[in-house]
Amino acid sequence: MTARVIISKGVINLILIVIGILFVVPLLWVITAAFSQNASLSVQWPQPFSLESFNQVLTASNGFAFLNSFYLSIGTAVATVLIATVAAYPLSRYQLRFKKPFLYTILFATGLPITAMMVPVYEVYNALGLVDSLFWTGTFLVASSLPFAIWMMKNFMDSVPTELEEAAWVDGASVLGSLLRVILPLMRPGLAAVGIFIFVGAWGNFFVPFVLIQSSNLDPAAVTIYQFFSEYGMVAYGQLAAYSILYTIPVVVLYIFSSRWLGGAFNFGGAVKG
Amino acid sequence: MATAIPIQTSSLSQRKSKRPLWRALLFLAPAVIVMMIFYFGPVLWTFYISFTNVALTGPTATHYQFTGLRNFQLMFGSGSFWQAVLISLWYFIGSALIGQTVLGLLLALLMQRANPVVRAAVGAVVIAAWVIPEIVKAFTWFAFLSQNGTLNTVLQSMGIANPPAWLFTQPLLAVIIANTWAGTAFSMMVYSAALSSVPNELIEAAKMDGATFWQVLFRIVLPVIKNSIMTNTILITLQTLGDFTLIYAMTGGGPGTQTSVLPVFMYQQAFSFYQLGYGSAISLILLLMGIIASLLYIRLLNVDL
Repeated sequence: MTARVIISKGVINLILIVIGILFVVPLLWVITAAFSQNASLSVQWPQPFSLESFNQVLTASNGFAFLNSFYLSIGTAVATVLIATVAAYPLSRYQLRFKKPFLYTILFATGLPITAMMVPVYEVYNALGLVDSLFWTGTFLVASSLPFAIWMMKNFMDSVPTELEEAAWVDGASVLGSLLRVILPLMRPGLAAVGIFIFVGAWGNFFVPFVLIQSSNLDPAAVTIYQFFSEYGMVAYGQLAAYSILYTIPVVVLYIFSSRWLGGAFNFGGAVKG
Repeated sequence: MATAIPIQTSSLSQRKSKRPLWRALLFLAPAVIVMMIFYFGPVLWTFYISFTNVALTGPTATHYQFTGLRNFQLMFGSGSFWQAVLISLWYFIGSALIGQTVLGLLLALLMQRANPVVRAAVGAVVIAAWVIPEIVKAFTWFAFLSQNGTLNTVLQSMGIANPPAWLFTQPLLAVIIANTWAGTAFSMMVYSAALSSVPNELIEAAKMDGATFWQVLFRIVLPVIKNSIMTNTILITLQTLGDFTLIYAMTGGGPGTQTSVLPVFMYQQAFSFYQLGYGSAISLILLLMGIIASLLYIRLLNVDL
């Protein structure tokens, strides 16, 4: 290596480290404030170090908010994966005349901004009496996740060879039997990737429950955390930070788990082509 | 071999009998019904109620009327609507076009040549900022930029006596920087994947011929990953178009209306000023922008179905 190359390598690493520091600095507050007894808005070494904020945050009502979040997100993920898998089967295996327009519609629908739909969704839900229900809020989340889920699921299913399924038929398996026992086990990473993706999306979603749910006892954590912040004049920053950490943990754990275990399954389902 | 032939034919006939049309329709039915009612239904409903005077409360909440183009006349004649369009545009140019795409590309390029440990560490930090829930991102930046926040504490320790309250003096810049921070990881990952597909021999050959770094970048690397850049830009556009949570939780659209991007403006009209019909007219504009971007995206992806 020439001196010039060594210097340019050093500069590159230095620039990256600086960018990395700039990225990490805003996050430090959440961690220091959560473990500090007298948290302010600024980063300071937790002095005295205390778990008091976590203790204060672990109340029954906050616990219910987390249960609401789990119910909403797990329900949305499971229902989406089930419906999308069943729908992907004919799209992957059949020769249908309406397949192409259907898939184009699906792909097109993945792009529509859900934010733009919330006013009319509220109108429709209000007219049908579906406002203020976790189940129906989840139903909207399922409907809006389906286009993407079907698209990914179809791509994963396409990569399972048809011959394996046909061999199972020859052995006397039914269509459902071959789907359950031959195709699905082979696309387990795909199923997990879609499920995790939908779960994370529902877990982090603020706007949909913010608009569709009115009773505070039904609010998921994404919304209760916001009330935490706006309702009291004097914000308990330590508690806000502790709550933020607890709320973030499931998502981070899932991402770590998925990137380790799923590896290549997370290629955005071919969303971006080289 | 002789026994293999009958199995083959039986497999073929099985294939036919096992793939009847009714089964395809049955399997597609749940997805189609749910999407029709809860996804495409509201989209069509947007078209309808944007031509009515439906309100959230009051007499026109239940007895609303068809008012034709009145919402659109109001909207296009309203200074606050055009202001929201302009703010959205600045937010988009600042955080999506300049922030996320340029910083994402820069990170991806630098990481190619970086020390593996630095690459892994910086990558993890950038992705962590992307992974955490939007509402937590908003609090993080609220705390960071507050009058007594981390940034000002650092500035004071550097001798700047009265640093400004950023969320009041530079609210739009604040949300642009926050969104750049929040979304750059996606572009970085897309560009890293694209860059790894650029043939190394091509770059080496160009260097042998005496090409400078910038020539290699603009004549070889960028043209090869052109499609990734365009599809990534459209995906970011779609995402930025719908941004609500980060801005709403950081600034509430304010101070005044300084950070009221279209989704925040829409929310305020519909749910703070109770004009659902008017809010839907704004939704319709957002949807139309989304539709155009989606069509461009499908066009660029050039998928074989």
